[in-house]
Parts: sequence; C-alpha cells; structure tokens
Amino acid sequence: MSSATQETPGAIKAPGGFLVMPSVIVLLAWMIVPLVMTVWFSFQYYNLLAPETAGFAGLDNYEFLVTDPDFWVSLRNTLVLLSSVLVITVVLGTLLAVLFDQPFPGRNIARVLAISPFFIMPTVAALIWKNLMMHPIYGVFGAVAQAFGFEPVDWFAQFPLASVIAIVSWEWLPFALLILLTAVQSLDHEQREAARMDGAGVIAQFVFITLPHLSRAIGVVVMIETIFLLTVFAEIFVTTSGGPGNATTNLAFLIYARALLQFDIGGASAGGVVAIVLANIVAFFLVRSIARRLEV
Amino acid sequence: MATLTLRGLRKSFGTTEVIKGIDLDIAEREFVVFVGPSGCGKSTLLRMIAGLEPITAGELRIDDKRVNEVGPADRGLAMVFQSYALYPHMTVRQNMGFALRLARVPKAERDRKVNEASRILQLDPYLERRPKDLSGGQRQRVAIGRAIVRDPKVFLFDEPLSNLDAALRGQMRIELSRLHEELNATMIYVTHDQIEAMTMAEKIVVLRAGEIEQVGSPLELYHHPINLFVAGFIGSPRMNMLAVKVVATNPSGTEVELASGARLIVPSSGGARVGDAVTLGIRPEALRPDPNGVLQGEVRLVEQLGGLTLLHVAAEGIDDMTVQIEGSNGTRMHQSVRLSVDTSACHLFDSSGLALAHLTRHPLLAA
Amino acid sequence: MEDSLGRRILTFVLGWGVALLLFFPIFWMALTSFKTEAEAVTAQLMFTPTLDSYREVLSRADYLGFALNSVVVSVGGTVLALLLAIPAAYSMAFHPTARTRSTLLWMLSTKMLPSVGVLVPIYLLFRSAGLLDTRSGLVIIYALMNLPIVVWMLFTFYKEVPREILEAGRMDGARTGGEVWFLLLPLTLPGVASTGLLSLILCWNEAFWSLNLTSSSAAPLTAFIASFSSPEGLFFAKLSAASTMAVAPILVFGWFSQRQLVRGLTFGAVK
Repeated sequence: MSSATQETPGAIKAPGGFLVMPSVIVLLAWMIVPLVMTVWFSFQYYNLLAPETAGFAGLDNYEFLVTDPDFWVSLRNTLVLLSSVLVITVVLGTLLAVLFDQPFPGRNIARVLAISPFFIMPTVAALIWKNLMMHPIYGVFGAVAQAFGFEPVDWFAQFPLASVIAIVSWEWLPFALLILLTAVQSLDHEQREAARMDGAGVIAQFVFITLPHLSRAIGVVVMIETIFLLTVFAEIFVTTSGGPGNATTNLAFLIYARALLQFDIGGASAGGVVAIVLANIVAFFLVRSIARRLEV
Repeated sequence: MATLTLRGLRKSFGTTEVIKGIDLDIAEREFVVFVGPSGCGKSTLLRMIAGLEPITAGELRIDDKRVNEVGPADRGLAMVFQSYALYPHMTVRQNMGFALRLARVPKAERDRKVNEASRILQLDPYLERRPKDLSGGQRQRVAIGRAIVRDPKVFLFDEPLSNLDAALRGQMRIELSRLHEELNATMIYVTHDQIEAMTMAEKIVVLRAGEIEQVGSPLELYHHPINLFVAGFIGSPRMNMLAVKVVATNPSGTEVELASGARLIVPSSGGARVGDAVTLGIRPEALRPDPNGVLQGEVRLVEQLGGLTLLHVAAEGIDDMTVQIEGSNGTRMHQSVRLSVDTSACHLFDSSGLALAHLTRHPLLAA
Repeated sequence: MEDSLGRRILTFVLGWGVALLLFFPIFWMALTSFKTEAEAVTAQLMFTPTLDSYREVLSRADYLGFALNSVVVSVGGTVLALLLAIPAAYSMAFHPTARTRSTLLWMLSTKMLPSVGVLVPIYLLFRSAGLLDTRSGLVIIYALMNLPIVVWMLFTFYKEVPREILEAGRMDGARTGGEVWFLLLPLTLPGVASTGLLSLILCWNEAFWSLNLTSSSAAPLTAFIASFSSPEGLFFAKLSAASTMAVAPILVFGWFSQRQLVRGLTFGAVK
C-alpha cells in the first residue's frame, strides 16, 4: 500500500530529537574529548619518566612509531587475529547453527553447554587455556599427547599467535552460534522443502537456501565481532604479554606497553591515533556494507 | 452518527502526491466503501480521515467541524486495522476496554460496555484470553469490539477481512452488514475486493491513482459505469472488452461493427461519430448461447460452478470472452458456439475511455 | 520422518560432541578447583574433592569485595546505558528524521574506536577528576562503552513493534506517555531485558578499563583474577578455584537467562 511509508513523521507531533540528545551528547563527548587529547599528545614529547624533555615534538612520535619494526608487526598481528577469528567463528558458527537446528535428544542442554564460553571473562578464558589446557607439562593437551606417545607441544612458544587466535575463537564462537542459530531457525521450512522437491540435496539446500538466508546475520556477526576483535587485550596480556618477542603484540597491546610500561605518553598517543585511523578504515567499509542490509 | 465532508483533500509524501484532491460527502449512517487497486491511495485516504496521516491540503469536516488539526483520538472515530493490531499483552477484555481506561471511564461502566460489545459479537467465552490464543475470526471480532465499545461517530475499516479465509470472509461480510444495521453508525470501509464493495456498500467510491473515478450505489456502478476503468473493476467475472468501429448513429442507439463484421445496435449515444474506433463492453451474463447469435467462437475452457457455468470463448477480435450461463450447461471444450448479445446490457466507451450515455436508465435506478 | 536412524545418531553424537568439547575447558577448570595442588598438575580424573583451594583463595583476597564491585559496576553501567539509550532508541524508531540513519551508524562507529587509542587521555582525565579506582568511574566508562550496542539493540526491538498497534493505541486515545507506559514498555520488555542481559555480561567480563583504571578499592573480579595469574607460581588448583569463583555468578546467571538472551540476541539480523 502507498500508506505507512517509512518517512512519515506521524500525525501526532513528534517528541522531536531531544530524546536522542542525551545519548548523542555523551557519545560525542566520549569520542571527541579523548580523541582531541590523543591527537594533541601525539605531537608532544611527553614521557612520565623524563619530564624534562617536554614540548612540541612535531611528527617525531609518528616517525619513531613507523620506524619501529614492532609497530608494523603489531599492525599485521591485529589484522591476522581479526580475520582468522572472523573466518573461524563464522564458518564453524554456521555449521554448528545448522547442527543445533536439527532435533536430537538433549539438544537444549547441549546448546547451553556450547554457548557457555560466551559468559566467561576473557582473563579467565586466557588463564584456563594457558595453564590447564595448553601448558606443555601440566596441561590437558600435553597429557593427551603423551598418552598417545607424542611429544607435548609448547603452544605459546611454538605457535604463539595461533594459540591466541584459538582462545579468542573459543570465546566468540558461541556468540556467532547464537545469532546464526536464531537466523537458521527463522528460515521458512517450506522454502527448504520446495528446494528438496526441486531436487536439491543437503549440500545444495545449504548453499542455495540456508546460506543466502544467513547473509544478514553473518553481516551482523562480522560487525559486532570486529568491534571487539580490533581491541583484543586481556587474552594477550594474560597469556603471552605480547611475546615471545613481538609475535603476539597487537596494536592494543603495543600502545598499552608504550603508555603504561614505558610511560611514553607521546608515543602511545601516536599509536592510539593510528589505531583510531585503522578502526575508522575498517568501520567505513564494514558500516557501509552492513548499512545496506540494515533496514534503518 | 455523523456526516463527513472532504473538500480538496491532498496528500504528498515528499514530492510524490498520492491523494490528488478528493471531494466527497458522506451522509449519516451511510456505509461507504473505498475500493480500488493496490496503490490507488484508498488506505492513505482512510488514514487521513483517521488522523494517522497529516493532511497536506484541503479540508476534512466531521459534523461540519473542521478536524484537520484534531488528533486521532479526539475525532470520535474508531478504526479496525488490517492486521487487527490487537494489544498482544492484554486480554480480550483489556483490549476492548483500553480506550475507556485511557479516558478514565469508571470500571463499572467500562465492564458494562465491554460486556455489551462482547454479547453483540459473541465473544463472551473468550474475554479472559489473549489474542494469540484466538482464531483469526475471533481476533477480527475483538478488533471490531474494540471499536464498538468506544461508541464512535464513525467506524473506519482498513481491509479488515483480507487475512481471513474465504468462508469466514463471507460470514464476516454478513456480520458487518448486520452490525451496521444494529449500530446505526456511519461506516467507511476500505477494500481492494470489489465483491466486498458490492455486497456491503450503500455507496461505493472507486479510486485510482489518488483520484475518485466514480461515486455511486453498487448497482449504479455496475449498470452505469462512467468509464472503462470502473467498468472493468466492478463486476466479477470481468466485463468483456471488444474493439469495434462505429458505423452509424441513430435515435435508437449507436450501430457498431465487430472484428468479425457482425453488427450490433447499442442503446447508447454520445459524442461518437461514424468511423470512430470505440470499445464495446459486454457483461458476461449478457451473452447467451444461441444458434442464431451474431457472435461465433470456440470454447476454450468450461468452468462448472453448479449454479452457474462460465464459458471462456475465443472469438475474432477477442481471445478470452467470458460467458456466464445460469445453471449447469453441457457445452464442452473445443466446441464451436454462436452467442447472442443482450444489447441493453452493453456499454460503449470512446477512445479516451469515457462511457457513452445509455439512452435509458436501468429500471431499478430509474428514480 | 524419512530421516534414517543413522543420520539421527550422527546428529546426536556430533551435537553432544561439539557441546562437550566447547564446554570442556570450563568443566576442567571447575574440576581442578576441587583438587589438591599436587593432583592439579596431573590430568587424572579420580581424586578426593577438597575445598582447600577455595579456603586458601578466600583467605588471601577479599573475594566478596571484588564480587561486590563487579555487581555494582555491571548493574550501574547497564542501568545508566539503558536510561540514556531507551529515549534515544524510542525516538529513532518511532519518530525517524532524515538524520536518524546516519546518527545510528555514527553511534555504532564510535564503538569501533579502540579503547587503547584513548586510554591515555581517559586515564589523565580520570586522574584529575578523582575518578581513578572508583566505582562511579567504571560505571561511567561501562555505560559509554556499551551505549552504542545498547541503542542499536533497543532500536531493532522497537522497530519490530508493529506500527499498527501504536496507531490503534493513538485511535484509542493514548498520548506519548500512555503509549510508552501501556504499550511500548510491556511490548518491548523482553527486548529491554535481553539488551540489559548482554550489557551485564559485557560489563562483568570487561578487562581493559577495569585493569587500567582501578587498583584496589573499586577493582572488580577481572582484577581479582589477574592477581592470580602471576606466571611464577603454578598453583593450578588455587587459580582454578579463583577463576571458578569469578565466572560462576555470571555463568549461572547466563544459564538461567539464556532463553531470554537467545531470543533477543539477533541485532535485527532475523526478520
């Protein structure tokens, strides 16, 4: 019908934008004030350990940053971590969502168990995995390996970044599963039955019916996870502290190390500016692609 | 019980004008149906009357009082929505009593009115249930009950039967007519279904693209459609349309030549001149199998409805001509038939689609 | 159904296998917390449960103090975020303007702002405002941190309320106040609840601001657990006991509310 169009302001006069204002104002303050300060500090010599070298630094902090090999490694680590976890959680999450959509005895309890990692705080998750699971001598993995006669692997020494990725994926898989499962369950069964009548097998049904239906939910999962994955911190802080060397230092951890371990506020702020720029680049593409799916 | 006056009503969404100047008078206790195809603006017009859409230009008067600026609750109207729009978290009783509760009507009187409405609608056994525990027909009745308890001056219905199955729809049509009789209220009803319009309306308003095509009683619209659009929209099965040529005009009507060369004299006259290409409209029931008929064609399909038989005939100049015959009929597919035409039930439309005036009014409409 | 028995068994085995695998680390943590330190470093399943580790942890740290901080800052942050977000989401969903869409997307994009990027100025601001190591400081940070997501989730819930129901309410005489109180609030209560749940979980588990902006008096359980992670001592049983205590409240809470959470956690992704 021609009526009920989205743009209609409604016959009763709208309460106006003032209801939005509190949120907008605090978010604006939350964004602008620290942002301006960060940009300001990034052009200053500002080290809490060396108060005598204060003053305008020009681009020195940035020059120092980009010539620091740690910086480029941390940038790479950030992106590798982000994309690996996204791929793992979306792919496994989709498969598990289809699995948990099938009826089987005790499905509800199994689902509760499967989503439990979502409730675990990152620090604890990191501690469990580091000590109880992946510890080369006392961990469960080591014990299992030895039981089968293999050498235990020192995961955090040999595959540090992969280990962090595993932990973060474990934390975020339930989230992807939750959203994708709801989406799978909302799929019209007649659609799948129609596809079956048309001769589509299990795989074809999944590819041509289920997957397109999930695209919106997958977009949402990617967006929300990206928000959190760009700034993974606790897992690295607890397990490897960025090491060995700089193998697991992401941008978040690099800035943390500069600011709170080396007390170099200027350098940390320059890193912060880079992190913000990076987030904005990702956000730009992400928000645009999601926005098309969002019926705002 | 109220009169409504619409004067030059217009509505624009942004730069698109969807209601392009509506003038209409609705009398007290009248049952008016707005009918038209999807997107004709009938729902928008109803929502403008309801106060849910602001009026861009023009004036809306209820009981001769301008109400353009009055909010929906204060216009004294009640509306039944297509989706029923029942409050899912309230029981049937609470749903029906909600408006009275907002108006701070004392509980005793509220209960009395709800009970009264539920008696009329036979909802008594369901008063404590929630909408999700009701069938479609019951929900429909609750939506109507919610309107009744407010004792409105005008009832507005926005395609209220479109979510019901055919049998229930038929039943609700009768119930709504009965309700109109019983409540003595002015009712405005929007539908795209011309059968609903024909069966319930006292006055039908045919809308197309935001403009009124014709206003009249069901029979007026059926027997004297003002143009091709109304002729095609009102009546089921649809009127058959044939391209013909005017060969003579005389006092007894206009003589036209069909594609097959056959000639008919239609008792209509108007601006048509000899040689003009015009459209001949023949209602399906105006055609009859007749060995001496002027039309000849091949039966492509037979629909046996028991009491009625519909033949789909391919003739020269028309691929699918519908013929409606009373009772059961033995005509079979692929059979060749000749058809006679009751020319008094035929219509002529000029090249711009306007009807040529009938020489005589239909007997029931003569007054 | 035509599903073969074999396929059903396969589904059962796969479903439970995956569930147990994902849950195993949590199970193992709980199990280890009841072992002695000597047993904890072995993978053995047979042992005599003991509460020694819990006693030890409770005597070494003020668990209840940390837990109370966690509860206060999580609930406080969530309530503050909801208070700010409900009017905003309501207005955007029901009285959209030309700018609504971009406002919403902008709000989301602020969430992409990495916390680390602004850690230094926030730290300095908090220091000068006297908010370091205070519960109010964390409440403010948590509310701001979750505000975009909370607004978005509420917006998607409000969007799902059929327009016609609100219009029916208006025909029935509901003004803005009545509309919110009698219709929107009850209709969207499940949505507000699951939004609040998600916010609670995110606050409870937040470990960046809590580690950097608190030290003792306002430190929540994330800080409590960080103090047991010192790499030199491998006291698995005590670590497990402390971890179990840190996650148990939110885990149990999550289990009981998961139906609500699952229903609401769609971010408008499901139509």
